[in-house]
Amino acid sequence: MHTRGKAFIAGIFEHPTRKAVDKSVAQLHAESARGALEDAGLSIEDVDAYYCAGDAPGLGPLSMIEYMGLKNVRHMDATEVGGSSYVVHVGHAAQAIAAGKCKVALITLAGRPRADGMATGTAPRNYGDASPDVPFEFIYGPTVVNMYAMAARRHMHEFGTTSEQLAWIKVAASQHAQHNEHAMLRNVVTVDDVVNSPLIADPLHRLDCCVISDGGGAFVVVAPEVAASLERDCVKVLGCGEAPKNLMSGQVDLTFTGARWSGPQAFQEAGVAPGDIDYASIYDSFTITVLETIEDLGFCEKGKGGAFVSDGNLISGTGSLPFNTDGGGLCNNHPMNRGGLTKVLEAVRQLRGAAHPAVQVKDCRLALAHGTGGSLGTRMGSSTTILGRADA
Amino acid sequence: MSARKIPAPPASVENEDFWEACNEGRLMLPRCGDTGQFFWYPRKISPFTLSGNVEKVEAAGTGEIYSYSVMRRADPQYAIGYVRLDEGITMMTNFVDCDFDSLAVGMKVKLAFVEAEGGQKVPCFTPA
Repeated sequence: MHTRGKAFIAGIFEHPTRKAVDKSVAQLHAESARGALEDAGLSIEDVDAYYCAGDAPGLGPLSMIEYMGLKNVRHMDATEVGGSSYVVHVGHAAQAIAAGKCKVALITLAGRPRADGMATGTAPRNYGDASPDVPFEFIYGPTVVNMYAMAARRHMHEFGTTSEQLAWIKVAASQHAQHNEHAMLRNVVTVDDVVNSPLIADPLHRLDCCVISDGGGAFVVVAPEVAASLERDCVKVLGCGEAPKNLMSGQVDLTFTGARWSGPQAFQEAGVAPGDIDYASIYDSFTITVLETIEDLGFCEKGKGGAFVSDGNLISGTGSLPFNTDGGGLCNNHPMNRGGLTKVLEAVRQLRGAAHPAVQVKDCRLALAHGTGGSLGTRMGSSTTILGRADA
Repeated sequence: MSARKIPAPPASVENEDFWEACNEGRLMLPRCGDTGQFFWYPRKISPFTLSGNVEKVEAAGTGEIYSYSVMRRADPQYAIGYVRLDEGITMMTNFVDCDFDSLAVGMKVKLAFVEAEGGQKVPCFTPA
């Protein structure tokens, strides 16, 4: 069974908050859900499937379905693969809809790491002492930043990638973020600004990192007959892929991501090639995340990502691959340290022609959204979805 | 500047023998008894066959740096990295007793046990 064209994204919402001292996590989820349903022209009575990941409080779907008063849910999914979860959810929702299990799937994300004072990137953290890798890794002080830094270091060693090339990714994101009134970082930066910002974990500088933000978002995936009944401009789900990638029993290779496997799955199902993509939302926890992912998705040859992203090639209007036109995680937001959901949102905006006019891709017909979860330095999830306009 | 104190590894019934050997100055590498392949991290189940036939072999204690990063924002700073052991597997570690600015991918390193909080010795590496 394939799912090409068997589900549509009918509604989206990005919570405008970036620091939510006065709202609970559950409240942020519900406000995001409300926004996405309103955008679609649907109500909570219409929702018959609910999806969330590890950011949802309590018992995930069980807690949030009760909190939001969803009465008609008959399909649930709490797939938790970090920041890549929500792009996985697109695929799982499309599969469930194609199988006739549900017709209106609501997906939410929310969190408040800023309000809670979480040391997101620089404090060693783990997923619990029972995780079998922890005794052999946590003692050495792995943080989010130094793990991605090791991927960057190795990529530089093998392929000659430079800090200046990585910096171009932040430059492009900042060019886009200047037009987003909600973006945390709206100042346009230069390559020099990035490479002269303080080293956090070498070779990554402060401006190689994404922002830390509170907030959330939601989207609604619906069956074709529901999409046809709505007045809203719906976006077609064309293909999805997901893949784990890890340390491979000690055969460590930090120069590629699971996008090497999730990408071809999605392209094959959609029946399109990387060169057909008009706009790409690429998970951007760090500049290196984007660089490796672009290579793995086939937008350029492995090892040539540095040259590909340079000289503004990711900037909408001038580059060959406009990316993250909302400013992405690097400049806009990264709610609950999970950027997968917002990647879907901007892809939908682009296909609707509803991105900011300054960054809207002309005649955008095919878009890709890619999620990354966990760490490029250890174990990660990759998820890719290809979306198209309703007539795609 | 004093070195970062390494926290005690969380206890697990699966790995008591590994840590006991470390306290005796030996790094024991897990090897699949069915296929003869080394693997990392240590576990009692082979990731190649899912069998419980896992052998332990003492590491030579030499290898080279696969990648590393110095945590510049930490006080004290510390160097985390991956070492590709001569046995052919790559493990996470810290680099100790060295000038962090002298580290490089490909640098030859050797095993150096460091006492963690609580007294457990843990495998680290230093330039060979």
